[in-house]
Amino acid sequence: MNHEIAVFRKEHFNAAHRLNNPEWSEEQNREIFGKCNNPNFHGHNYILIVKVVGKIDPVTGYVIDMKTLSNIIKNEILNRFDHKNLNLDCTEFSSLNPSAENIAVVIYNILSSKINPDLKLQVKLYETENNFVEYPAHI
Amino acid sequence: MVYITRIEHFNAAHKLYNPSWTKEQNEEVFGKCANENWHGHNFELHVTLSGIPDPDTGFVFDVKKLSTIVNTYVIDKLDHKNLNLDVDFMHGKLCSIENLVIGIWEQLSPNLPSSVKLHALKLYETPRIYVEYFGS
Repeated sequence: MNHEIAVFRKEHFNAAHRLNNPEWSEEQNREIFGKCNNPNFHGHNYILIVKVVGKIDPVTGYVIDMKTLSNIIKNEILNRFDHKNLNLDCTEFSSLNPSAENIAVVIYNILSSKINPDLKLQVKLYETENNFVEYPAHI
Repeated sequence: MVYITRIEHFNAAHKLYNPSWTKEQNEEVFGKCANENWHGHNFELHVTLSGIPDPDTGFVFDVKKLSTIVNTYVIDKLDHKNLNLDVDFMHGKLCSIENLVIGIWEQLSPNLPSSVKLHALKLYETPRIYVEYFGS
């Protein structure tokens, strides 16, 4: 039972955002980000999959208690981002473009500070069914 | 009679907010959906036509043409938009999916040829929440 195993918890949140670089002109932003730059925002149903890798605790049979993991994700991520405007309501993105890439890195950094450092963590974030990112790329 | 369905999708921001109520009343009734700064969804629209297959083509209606019509009159107006602010046919309406599906029906039905009947619209706001509308 010394082998590592991965466990996964899936959660979701719904949020508005826009992609915009404040250092560029309106035209440059429209050219690079296209319809994602709409000044009135658009939104997504984000699906978040959190992967935790570690050894099975011989006492509990768990890598991590999934209820504990779920509570951490709900308290730290969903409460922060669900039904929010990522650009306007979330200080994490006050000077960071809320692309799926950046959202995944922010989520990873928040969760990794709350989870036992002996466990490895990876987040997969779906912005749409067809667009998703994973961070870190390799664990 | 055969029913044929085309699925399209759009991503949009909205909020549920009744402007004649106070902020507190809106938050009480609509909860987090009343967030003044909007939130958003990946919406999925199912458009179902009914008809008799044409003996020459085997089609009730060419689904590629249906896709073009749905994109022209509905998706182009909604995708990556703010439903409350950017969509002409939702002006002055509460942007619930119930009202949105009726608005979509009113956009689509006059733009379909008389040879087919718009049977139903199904509109998903999330994978767990959807509405159906049959035109009345």
